Amino acid sequence: MNWTAIAAIYRYEMARFFRTLAQSFLSPVISTSLYFVVFGAAIGSRIQEVEGVPYGAFIVPGLIMLTVMTQGMTNASFGIYFPKFMGTIYEILSAPVNFLEIVIGYVGAAATKALFIGVVILATSALFVDLTIAHPLAMVLFLVLTCVSFALMGFIIGIWARSFEQLQLIPLLVVTPLVFLGGSFYSISMLPPFWQTVTLFNPVVYLISGFRWAFFDQADVPVGLSLLAIAGFTALCLAIVGWIFRTGWRLRD
Amino acid sequence: MTSILSIKDLRKTYDGGFEALRGATLDIREGEILALLGPNGAGKTTLISTVCGITKLTSGTVTVGGFDIQSEYRAARGLIGLVPQELTLEPFETVFNTVRLSRGLFGKRRNDALLEEVLKKLSLWDKRNAQIRELSGGMKRRVLIAKALSHEPRVLFLDEPTAGVDVELRKDMWEVVADLRDSGVTVILTTHYIEEAEAMADRIAVIAKGEILLVEDKDHLMQQMGQKELEVQLTDTLAAVPEALDSYDLRLGEGGKSLIYTYDTRAERTGITALLNDVAAAGLTLADVQTRQSSLEDIFVTLVNDARPQEAAQ
Ligand SMILES: Nc1ncnc2c1ncn2[C@@H]1O[C@H](COP(=O)(O)OP(=O)(O)O)[C@@H](O)[C@H]1O
Ligand SMILES: [Mg+2]
Repeated sequence: MNWTAIAAIYRYEMARFFRTLAQSFLSPVISTSLYFVVFGAAIGSRIQEVEGVPYGAFIVPGLIMLTVMTQGMTNASFGIYFPKFMGTIYEILSAPVNFLEIVIGYVGAAATKALFIGVVILATSALFVDLTIAHPLAMVLFLVLTCVSFALMGFIIGIWARSFEQLQLIPLLVVTPLVFLGGSFYSISMLPPFWQTVTLFNPVVYLISGFRWAFFDQADVPVGLSLLAIAGFTALCLAIVGWIFRTGWRLRD
Repeated sequence: MTSILSIKDLRKTYDGGFEALRGATLDIREGEILALLGPNGAGKTTLISTVCGITKLTSGTVTVGGFDIQSEYRAARGLIGLVPQELTLEPFETVFNTVRLSRGLFGKRRNDALLEEVLKKLSLWDKRNAQIRELSGGMKRRVLIAKALSHEPRVLFLDEPTAGVDVELRKDMWEVVADLRDSGVTVILTTHYIEEAEAMADRIAVIAKGEILLVEDKDHLMQQMGQKELEVQLTDTLAAVPEALDSYDLRLGEGGKSLIYTYDTRAERTGITALLNDVAAAGLTLADVQTRQSSLEDIFVTLVNDARPQEAAQ
């Protein structure tokens, strides 16, 4: 393994993030606060509790997941698409690195940024509501796996995309709806039975449910299923990345 | 001399079916400056991209420092620095960061002293904290060179280093290349200007339509290039070159019906006037006279003609 190269990519990608640290830090703080104003105060005054958890606290895991998924994905897709678009990818393709090292560098940086934002949201939320975390280790595991798997997916999208439109297509048309309908702001037990069944086909439901279980010790679906879902999704992304690695798809003519 | 880069029967067919390299073969000696001369579309960039691992080869073999670029790509690529044809740099990045990234990518330990030396040599040290977008075209080209040198390559590819660069900067570039050679780096540069190949290279390889047509020492090539042939057609048929014309080193043409004189167009005197006078004095009658370029010259004329329209369009 060329660890020096991995570190170089990682540091270079992180440097961009740190240059705009104030912005990277402030925007999740502000958006989280807004969510609390809208959902916590407006809706929360009508929905007091969900399954014994105050509504304000109930939305925290969903809010973190929502942000972490979209951030991890867009960071990674942009991170690899931008060099392709600018032409600077030539250097990565001609360097003595293998694809795994490239993936670790880019996906690692994108996942780190997403994780950072997730932690900022968690800290901001703690200012608004009382939070107890029932299973801290599981919480960290779910959070990290989500950051990594969505960054992996973003990486694949970034390699696949041939234009900025394509770059935004999948996040916009597929991921955002799935994430919003994934039970970030409600428990699926609140839905009519038919929609409960439909919802079970949405993989994001399993991730949010598992993450919420780590906080409140209650879940929409069994936590084992959640773990299986996130592990399966990560494995699927890794398999696709491995295939890209072998074929040089959309990277090398 | 040993060859540091060896390209054998290299073929590259792009996905669309276009065959950009049709069995290119080329050996590059350690420490030389080789100019790859050819018109736009000849396959120069494709050749470089394939050697560097940016495009996949269709068939053939390439070794760098004895390492195969496919099975031993890490060792092979580690020896190569690439300065691409296009000024591909991230506009908001600083000079120093982008150069440091290059060194790291090639697995070399951080060494800011060396980067300082490289940047100073390329007159970029003052600009180390500037963003790329603030730099002129010539400086951007030098940043690309600095990136390539940051990981101490033994072979450096310069793809059209002076394209779109004014005369003054072109001379600067020639000096940079000479310095590189003095430091022991093997340099392969592409160009579609004969004059540029002449000014910089030790050897010149001519590429057209994906094939290497010839590889020659520059001096030898330039000597041949200036040569032309004058064919004097006669009304008489000769059995041998008349003794009176011995000093001209003539050849007898087909069927003894003409005399062929080889001369250097760049010499102060071509000797044509004297020859024609002496031919008449020898009692021969001229039927016709024609001149032609050596076959090599023909190649270059085609090259230059091919290159001109694109230049005008730029
Ligand atoms: N990615 C590509 N896909 C298809 N054809 C290409 C590609 N890149 C270059 N070509 C074609 O291959 C030929 C050689 O191109 P190139 O190597 O860039 O020439 P040069 O650098 O000598 O100007 C050209 O005809 C060009 O159109
Ligand atoms: Mg070219």
